[in-house]
Amino acid sequence: MNKNVINVLFALSFLGMILAACGTGGSGASGDGGGDTVHIGVNMELSGAVASYGQSDTEGIELAVEEINEAGGIDGKQIKVTKVDNKSDAAEATNAAIKLTSQDKVTAIIGAATSGNTLAQAQIANDTETILLSPSGTSPNVTIQDDGTLNEFVFRTSYIDPFQGTVAANFAIDELGIKNAAILADNASDYAKGLGTAFKETFEAAGGTIVAEEAYVAKDTDFRSTLTRIQSADPEFIFIPGYYEEVGLIIKQAREMGIEVPLMGADGWDSPTLVELAGADALNNTFITNHYSSEDPDETIQNFVTRYKEEYDGASPNAFHALGYDSVYLLADAIERAGSTDSTAIKDALEETKDIKLVSGVVTIDKDHNPIKSATILEYVDGEQVFKTKINP
Amino acid sequence: MEWLQQLFNGISLGSIYALIALGYTMVYGIIKLINFAHGEVFMIGSFTGFYAIAFWGLGFFPALILSMAVCAVFGVLIERIAYKRLRSSTRIAALITAIGVSLLIQYVVIYIRGAQPEAYPNVLPNRSFDIFGVQISSQSLLILLVSVVLMIILQFIVHRTKIGKAMRAVSFDPDAAKLMGINVNNTISATFAIGSALAGAAGVIFGVYYTKIEPLMGIIPGLKAFIAAVLGGIGIIPGAVIGGFVLGIVETVVSALGLSLWRDAAAFIILILILIFRPSGIFGKNSKEKV
Repeated sequence: MNKNVINVLFALSFLGMILAACGTGGSGASGDGGGDTVHIGVNMELSGAVASYGQSDTEGIELAVEEINEAGGIDGKQIKVTKVDNKSDAAEATNAAIKLTSQDKVTAIIGAATSGNTLAQAQIANDTETILLSPSGTSPNVTIQDDGTLNEFVFRTSYIDPFQGTVAANFAIDELGIKNAAILADNASDYAKGLGTAFKETFEAAGGTIVAEEAYVAKDTDFRSTLTRIQSADPEFIFIPGYYEEVGLIIKQAREMGIEVPLMGADGWDSPTLVELAGADALNNTFITNHYSSEDPDETIQNFVTRYKEEYDGASPNAFHALGYDSVYLLADAIERAGSTDSTAIKDALEETKDIKLVSGVVTIDKDHNPIKSATILEYVDGEQVFKTKINP
Repeated sequence: MEWLQQLFNGISLGSIYALIALGYTMVYGIIKLINFAHGEVFMIGSFTGFYAIAFWGLGFFPALILSMAVCAVFGVLIERIAYKRLRSSTRIAALITAIGVSLLIQYVVIYIRGAQPEAYPNVLPNRSFDIFGVQISSQSLLILLVSVVLMIILQFIVHRTKIGKAMRAVSFDPDAAKLMGINVNNTISATFAIGSALAGAAGVIFGVYYTKIEPLMGIIPGLKAFIAAVLGGIGIIPGAVIGGFVLGIVETVVSALGLSLWRDAAAFIILILILIFRPSGIFGKNSKEKV
């Protein structure tokens, strides 16, 4: 037993020595900090379980970098990007952040696509005073730790989860004129619970009544009995925060049972699989909140969509593309205002960001390092997402 | 009216549990093995039906029959490759092998096609009827009908055919059956074939009714069916059917009371209670069990 502990300690100290050696070697190698480039690291899920999020974010980032460099860079400095694949794994994300900060000496890291992999880098970002900007990590604790302290160098481009619940409640009351709503939330996910709570608070504060509040657990397949219970409470509207795998089944079963009221969810619904599972007919009269819509007539958005389509053979950019793209512009704006690549100056500039017009809305960064911006409401019409409206916070 | 609707929900759910439970109970009845790979046979059946419908354009009934045939062969293969040589070893060895086979099948399927879910194509016309205020879809009626017909056919096979007689004889006493000239190996294979075919049918029905299928879909229904089999008295065929329906209705009632998060827990609490108070199940005779 004791021998094992000694072995482990020995191995650890050895590892530490190697790391230290790497660190000094790295700093010697990259002496080009400053000068005429801005060096940005991209730490993304390029392979693994959520690779589609990371790849989309990265495509958006690359598009924006190309545009900025073509237009002459930030204050005349070209952006140089170093990409690292974190393989959709938190430990790999930490390793990648160590590499980017110690070896490549980047000014800022954009990434990761998910909250968990961003959190895995937060400590390193704070310790090394490197800006960490997550395009699409929506969990509140990415920027604010559980004990309420701020992750000083961590920012994000997307809004946070509970905000979508607030938006959905406002949409139900103001646009649909709903008085009685029901909530059916995935009890196994913080994301869904956060959205459900925010919806309830906003909806009740605006004078609405929650007539039924039910829960399910991810991987359930039979929702008929729970839906029967909701049906007997006779709501005019059902809010279903959750992910597409279960939501698809819920919608299908609800429509089969004759529940015809509007159903609403959030960005967790946004997947082609949802349409396959629920069926295009059943999805009529359902709505989701999302970061942006490629059909939004807004000029900034249409420019981005056109540009993206030229680059990627006519494909339509999704929300992750837009958020990746916006992240670069958000960062570039702050670097420009800071007037230097000093990370503390950039951090202060990011904190002061106000009313910058991006693809995913007009962004102001609040004191918690979260953007305040509008959310887009999409409606499913015969299996297609159609731009419905924009709701301001 | 709400309760009538819930009862119907429960019966639909229970019919699927019952179909899977039959395979468990038949195999247990004949070789005293809890075949934990049975849930995976169910999954293979579901995927066979899916590919038959989505890529070969078969209708519901041809796909159902094809998937039953594939599963029958698959079940016999599992028995011949994994279980046969363990027949005389300890029961715990066979049980552990069954768990190993179950995991093997799950992850081979994931390796081949990935873990992403698949949406079952709509093969049955779906219209809802309003009967006494209860919404009943034509789909669930047809599914219930198919399950019941399959159970009746099974009852006929077991009690009215030669192979059924052989199965009952082997289940009663394999050595004596052998002495009477019954081919025990073939009879055991036939049992696996029939049980697996029913699981295959349940797989297709599950796919049509619940739409989403994935490689790990067999775990929970498999465990629930196991509970149903134990509840009815493992080894007793009518017990599995009744156990399935009772479990389906209990789960639905638990959800209907607003305790939907307790639904799975309720099923396992039933298992524990049954094992403590009536280990031989609802239909079981109280015999000294040699576990």
